[in-house]
Amino acid sequence: MRNMAAIFKRDARGYFTSPIAYVVIGLFLVVTGIFYYLMLRSFLQYSYAVMMQRAGVSVNVNLMMVRPFLLNMSVIVLFIVPVITMRSFSEDKKAGTMELLLTNPVTNWQIILGKFFASYLLYIVMVSVTFIFMLFLFIWGEPQFMPIFIGYLGILLMGAGLIALGNFISSLTENQIVAAVGTFGATMLLWVIGFAGDYAGKIFGSILKYLSIVEHFDDFSKGIFDTSHLVFYLSLMFVMLFLTYQSIESAKWRG
Amino acid sequence: MIEVRNLVKYYGDFPAVKDITFSVEKGEILGFLGPNAAGKTTTMRIITGYMPATRGTVKVAGYDVFEHPLEVKKRIGYLPENPPLYMDMRVRDYLRFVAEIKGVDRKGVNAEVERVAELVSITHVLDKYAQKLSKGYRQRVGLAQALINNPPVLILDEPTIGLDPKQIIEVRELIKSLGSEHTIILSTHILPEVSMTCSRVVIINEGKLVAMDTPENLTARLQGSETVFVEVEGPIQDVLGAIEKMEEVISATVEQRKGDEVGLFKVQARVGSDIRKKLASLVVNSNWGLLELRPEKLSLEEIFLKLTTKEEELN
Repeated sequence: MRNMAAIFKRDARGYFTSPIAYVVIGLFLVVTGIFYYLMLRSFLQYSYAVMMQRAGVSVNVNLMMVRPFLLNMSVIVLFIVPVITMRSFSEDKKAGTMELLLTNPVTNWQIILGKFFASYLLYIVMVSVTFIFMLFLFIWGEPQFMPIFIGYLGILLMGAGLIALGNFISSLTENQIVAAVGTFGATMLLWVIGFAGDYAGKIFGSILKYLSIVEHFDDFSKGIFDTSHLVFYLSLMFVMLFLTYQSIESAKWRG
Repeated sequence: MIEVRNLVKYYGDFPAVKDITFSVEKGEILGFLGPNAAGKTTTMRIITGYMPATRGTVKVAGYDVFEHPLEVKKRIGYLPENPPLYMDMRVRDYLRFVAEIKGVDRKGVNAEVERVAELVSITHVLDKYAQKLSKGYRQRVGLAQALINNPPVLILDEPTIGLDPKQIIEVRELIKSLGSEHTIILSTHILPEVSMTCSRVVIINEGKLVAMDTPENLTARLQGSETVFVEVEGPIQDVLGAIEKMEEVISATVEQRKGDEVGLFKVQARVGSDIRKKLASLVVNSNWGLLELRPEKLSLEEIFLKLTTKEEELN
């Protein structure tokens, strides 16, 4: 436990004492902020128009504003996660510090989980900062809290799977660029696989749709908490963590 | 303290280590000597548990590396060839981190960092980032890291590489002083370094153990003598006495008794005096039976040559 905490602390500090964390969070805020602004503007125009036609009727903020925003965010994180996870193992492999970790009384799982939670922490912070946008809605509107909460929970669960995926790919190479591009390719694949599902046959199509990481977020964005999606994200996470373990072990054997 | 038995390591089809066996006693400083790519680093990495062996066993303090890796890792301080530093960390934070994963008592972490920093005299750079340090200082921080938690076994892969002459002397002195309490394996491709610090030397070449001896004996063997093995049928004491009387012979010992009247003798003679002819006629003239006569394999001299030329290039 203490070993894992030590590795977690070191990696988390590595993120937050270097520009990486701030560049990532800043970039994420700018992109989500632009979408937020555009959506808010069209939402206001729409609700204004509705109000002009029928006095007293208000448009549902959760459905018309929060949901598209969350759906949007679920795609943007696919682009950001590779940047978060690219260094987690690659850097240690390159600098030779992997040798330090592996020759000290630390188990593989302590290394993997320490690194996973460090990069996941950055993800959580990054996503949480966008909650400021929601606060504005609460100040000037009357959105329901639970659907927003469940939506954010969905983003975080999806992130757990994505971060584990990124960590796994980072454990395969000592080149950070390769790790980033590889993870980017993988997240894109998990996204577009859902589109392909529309054109594939009935059974094959539903399999493809099931594998699409964004598809599972749809219910969360509506404020519906379905355990089958929870299971999907957690399985993705566990499978990726397990693969990371295998990757570290096999690297030892290959030398 | 360290027992290596029949160690074999393949990288794919390439054999990096071919059947090495040796052991290191407690408090001994063992030097690993060999040209580059001889298998020194691979052997050390296997002992530290960084990678598994293809065949063979390694035991440290009675624990098998493969079966009880954590118990072994707890007892080893390891300095890899390139000091494993986190460049984005201050030296102090880095050493604290190492102390934590080595399981130093929470309250004792700061004191432990101070202790090792003092030992390798890096106290004045503790608050600098590793990135800003020179090669020599990085090497010392690497050494400090290995010393944390005072492990009984130290494994140092080329500890003096990249240091200036003054620092080299300091580090050698440090290693010597650590030798009284620790069991140390250090690798080097510099011959004098071994004779200065080590109590025993293992010479490795192309994955094979070529020789294992004290530095004094080795140097004597390498520089002042030629070794010949001779198997003679005859009264062993008489034969030994006769061989010792030859003027070219420096020393002669009985290597193996193969019976009451048959013995294998190891004869060391002065360089350049090929005594095989004389030895043969001695045996024959004394009416003993000459069963075998062979010079020691040349590989040791060849390696020695490689090592010495390397040293001259450095100077």
